[in-house]
Amino acid sequence: MSTADEMEPISRPFRWNLLFAAWLMASVATLGALFFSEVMQRTPCVLCWYQRIFMFPLVFVLGAGLLPFDPRSVRYALPLAVTGWGFALYHCLLYMGFIPKSLQPCTQGLSCADVKLELFSFVTIPLLSLLAFTLIIALLWAVRKGIKQ
Amino acid sequence: MKRSLIVIGAAATLIAAFVAGAYFYTARQNAEVTTAAQSVDSPFKRVGTPSMGNPDAKVEITEFFDPACEACRAFYPHVKRLLGEHSGKVRLTLRYAAFHEGSDYVVKLLEAARLQGQEIYLKTLEATLSAQPMWAEHGRPQPQKVWDALASTGLDIERARRDMERPEIAARLQQDTADIVALKVRQTPTFFINGKPLRNFGQDGLSFQLREEIAASYP
Repeated sequence: MSTADEMEPISRPFRWNLLFAAWLMASVATLGALFFSEVMQRTPCVLCWYQRIFMFPLVFVLGAGLLPFDPRSVRYALPLAVTGWGFALYHCLLYMGFIPKSLQPCTQGLSCADVKLELFSFVTIPLLSLLAFTLIIALLWAVRKGIKQ
Repeated sequence: MKRSLIVIGAAATLIAAFVAGAYFYTARQNAEVTTAAQSVDSPFKRVGTPSMGNPDAKVEITEFFDPACEACRAFYPHVKRLLGEHSGKVRLTLRYAAFHEGSDYVVKLLEAARLQGQEIYLKTLEATLSAQPMWAEHGRPQPQKVWDALASTGLDIERARRDMERPEIAARLQQDTADIVALKVRQTPTFFINGKPLRNFGQDGLSFQLREEIAASYP
């Protein structure tokens, strides 16, 4: 594998690093979500589940793209990341009250608008999710740009 | 460094961090519960809670219990067998955790039955549990149906229906709810043995820790 790398243009190892960073972000987000639900035993609400559906597979899709390096994995990961980002944005807006209560998808049992984790009074779980998806998209975008060059 | 090593190393580090975090978080939670258990206002020293077995037994199982919970139903014969096996040394205290929809109604009924004596209470409890699939269907619970199962228990049904709404029952159940929060009970059944949380959930975990506590209390 390393001999193949040496023959590639110089940007190739750097793009692997970017993809690795995206995979790392997805892994941290996945384990963090599992920590909230399995260790802290906070039941995920419906919107959290939709974000998980798009975050968890990224670990495996990007992981498979790392060993050996396959830049095409970005193609398969981006739709997941973008859709998850959309759910995270919607969840954040719901949390902050920009979306009226009548649009809330979960009225019974767990409310998606309940604040469950607040650090420094504004960092919430949906905000962390939005940040993670944003960072993953940015990194994947950078890998993609590199491919086109 | 080889890429495969980097990826595997990162994965291993993340998983190790997760496991360590889980360990420390759980340990801290357990410490908080133990502090609550040992305080003057201990959730394990409530009077008037339903209880079975020798009242002077040195080992006490506290079970947070929901009559609509399938796992509680499955555990019941096992817990009862343990009480028989270690007769005289163990008593069981039931605390209600009415997490399911509709089970608060059945909890009030059980407490009303207890006013008619221990024997009636046990029969009502067992009849309620065996009829659980009839009245506690998920998504469509019909707690009113539980009365159909109680005809042969000897329970004075008219009296129980009146007693259910007594304020002292509501006060007792409020105490249970407050203790659920203090002890961070989130699922049923949740067991404590002499105020200590179960280390390993399951029938074997319960039997094992119970034997340990008995050995410590009856040397």
